[in-house]
Amino acid sequence: MILKAEAVTKKYFRKFADKNYFYAVNETDFVLKEGAVTEIIGRSGSGKTTFLNILAGLLSPSSGRVMLGDTDIYSLNDKKLSLLRNDNIGVIPQGQTGLDSLTVLENVKLPYILYGKGEDADERAAALLEMVGIAHLADSYPHELSGGEVRRLAIARALMKNPPVILADEPTGDLDDENTEIVFGILRKAADDGASVLLVTHESDAQRYADEIYRMNSGKLEKI
Amino acid sequence: MTVHSLPFKNIRHKPSRTAALAVIVFLMAFTLLGGTLSVLSLQRGLAALETRLGADIIVVPDTAKSKMNLENIVLQGIPGYFYMDKECVDKIAQVEGVEQVSAQYYLASVSSGCCSMPVQIIGFDPETDFSVTPWIRQSYGETLGTLDVVVGCNINKLVGGTLKFYGLECNVVAKLDRTGTELDNAVYGNVDTVKKLIAASVEKGLNELAKKDPDKIVSSVLIKVKDGYNIDDVTDYINVYVRHVQAVRTKSMLTGVADSLGGVSNVIQILIAAVWVFVLILLFVVFSAMINERKREFAVYRVMGTSKSMLAKMVLTESTVLSFSGSVLGCAAAVLCVSSFSTVIENQLQLPFLLPDFGTAAICGLITLAASVVISSVAAFYAAIKLSRVDAGLILREGN
Ligand SMILES: Nc1ncnc2c1ncn2[C@@H]1O[C@H](COP(=O)(O)OP(=O)(O)OP(=O)(O)O)[C@@H](O)[C@H]1O
Ligand SMILES: [Mg+2]
Repeated sequence: MILKAEAVTKKYFRKFADKNYFYAVNETDFVLKEGAVTEIIGRSGSGKTTFLNILAGLLSPSSGRVMLGDTDIYSLNDKKLSLLRNDNIGVIPQGQTGLDSLTVLENVKLPYILYGKGEDADERAAALLEMVGIAHLADSYPHELSGGEVRRLAIARALMKNPPVILADEPTGDLDDENTEIVFGILRKAADDGASVLLVTHESDAQRYADEIYRMNSGKLEKI
Repeated sequence: MTVHSLPFKNIRHKPSRTAALAVIVFLMAFTLLGGTLSVLSLQRGLAALETRLGADIIVVPDTAKSKMNLENIVLQGIPGYFYMDKECVDKIAQVEGVEQVSAQYYLASVSSGCCSMPVQIIGFDPETDFSVTPWIRQSYGETLGTLDVVVGCNINKLVGGTLKFYGLECNVVAKLDRTGTELDNAVYGNVDTVKKLIAASVEKGLNELAKKDPDKIVSSVLIKVKDGYNIDDVTDYINVYVRHVQAVRTKSMLTGVADSLGGVSNVIQILIAAVWVFVLILLFVVFSAMINERKREFAVYRVMGTSKSMLAKMVLTESTVLSFSGSVLGCAAAVLCVSSFSTVIENQLQLPFLLPDFGTAAICGLITLAASVVISSVAAFYAAIKLSRVDAGLILREGN
């Protein structure tokens, strides 16, 4: 499925000498291609996370629109947008996102259960944990895990419903080289299976896996 | 695992948060129900006292010194005795406006059979009595024979047993319901019984006041005033025209009790209000703190496609489960406290204290339960609304 940003901007308020706002994302058009890994790199504070959150339907843009297929996602009400995200967009947020009341396995199953139709999700969840290499931690709780293990949990969780769109915000931040390879491999494979994958990262390595690369520079996105 | 089990997992895995909320609601329920039950018990105690007296005016000898003394004996049933000439009963009956008169006889005695403290023995005339009889009827349907006694509920003797006063054995034929006053420590018998006891006490040289023939004395006269007559006028008339007696309006004796009862009730109500205001503030503070603590957690739920209404439902379920259990525990503790400390409360406050019946208590409990659950749900809802105003994307950026 194609995810498109049309003339999207995000304005934040902040005190400057001459004005009291700035654009974290300047007017941007962007297409996330199907079956490809698109990478966005850029300095810290350049607006990468802001842009990714807008694409994910998590942060309303100040102007412009985001289209998933034929749907203007910000025209939907919260219920519909939530359901659409649950079904179609796997988000791996920046930072630690384990839910402490749930075991690792339950964390991974959660997207499935939210609008559950009763099917058993255990098998897929277990397979994903195996894939990201934390199967042995299935019954542990996130606070018992290392930073890298929690990140891998988030990756498995984002893939749980096999979403056509995957948005990953520095998914390999805390991982060692070996696990970084594994995670990029997983995202690459998802793209090869037809998903539209967006990868926000600092890693120069990742360029080996990317089909297209953009640079975010003070809210401006340019293809390189 | 289903969506519905999520709130319970959150409750289980955050014990300190769970405990904090439950304790707050516990406090709310405990003070509201405990306070309400106390106020109701006081009101019921006063009402019981009023019906128990059943008379408009009480006439006692003017030797029954202070009014305080009188109140003690008549209202509180604190053991004591005084006597006056029986002739005055007829005189009082003649007074204009008097509908019914009935004499009573008081005697205080220690009985080895039941108690270490003296108990008040109250004799009444079954022919004329309108004060004690209706009350005794509730526990005992037959007429009392000589040396038959009916005992207050605090007298430690079972029906069928005997109590010995001044060497005379009395049969306990019935036990009265609780009044919540010292009258629960009294023993009731008919005139003949009490006269026999007075005679026995005089014989043993233990009764200073009753040097006279027991047939010619009474302790007090209870008066019912005819409809249409002013009770104060009748009282005044007796005080002026009948010698060696003083007449007192029972209402005026009760106003003292009613006043302090009102005072205590006010204090309790202010206390309830204060605790609730405090707890309300606390609830909102705790819920606000909880929002901050859980912002990220909620954002993660949103990322996965949880809608705002699903999240609100989750928070509300959690708070309802917690407030319900906290409230149930608080109600239980309140009932336990008020009922097991009722005698202590009664003694401390020096006021009649009679627990409400089960139905009333149950209704109060349900109202308390509903109130505390609703209030904490409002606080939780406010938390949920506040959370839903923020874009998940903004929250997720924080703390990186
Ligand atoms: N809620 C906000 N209010 C004001 N300014 C904000 C807000 N969120 C982000 N910004 C600013 O917008 C800019 C872009 O932030 P963003 O998080 O998108 O950067 P980033 O490229 O993801 O950086 P990093 O690589 O460090 O994650 C930053 O300057 C940030 O300070
Ligand atoms: Mg970022």
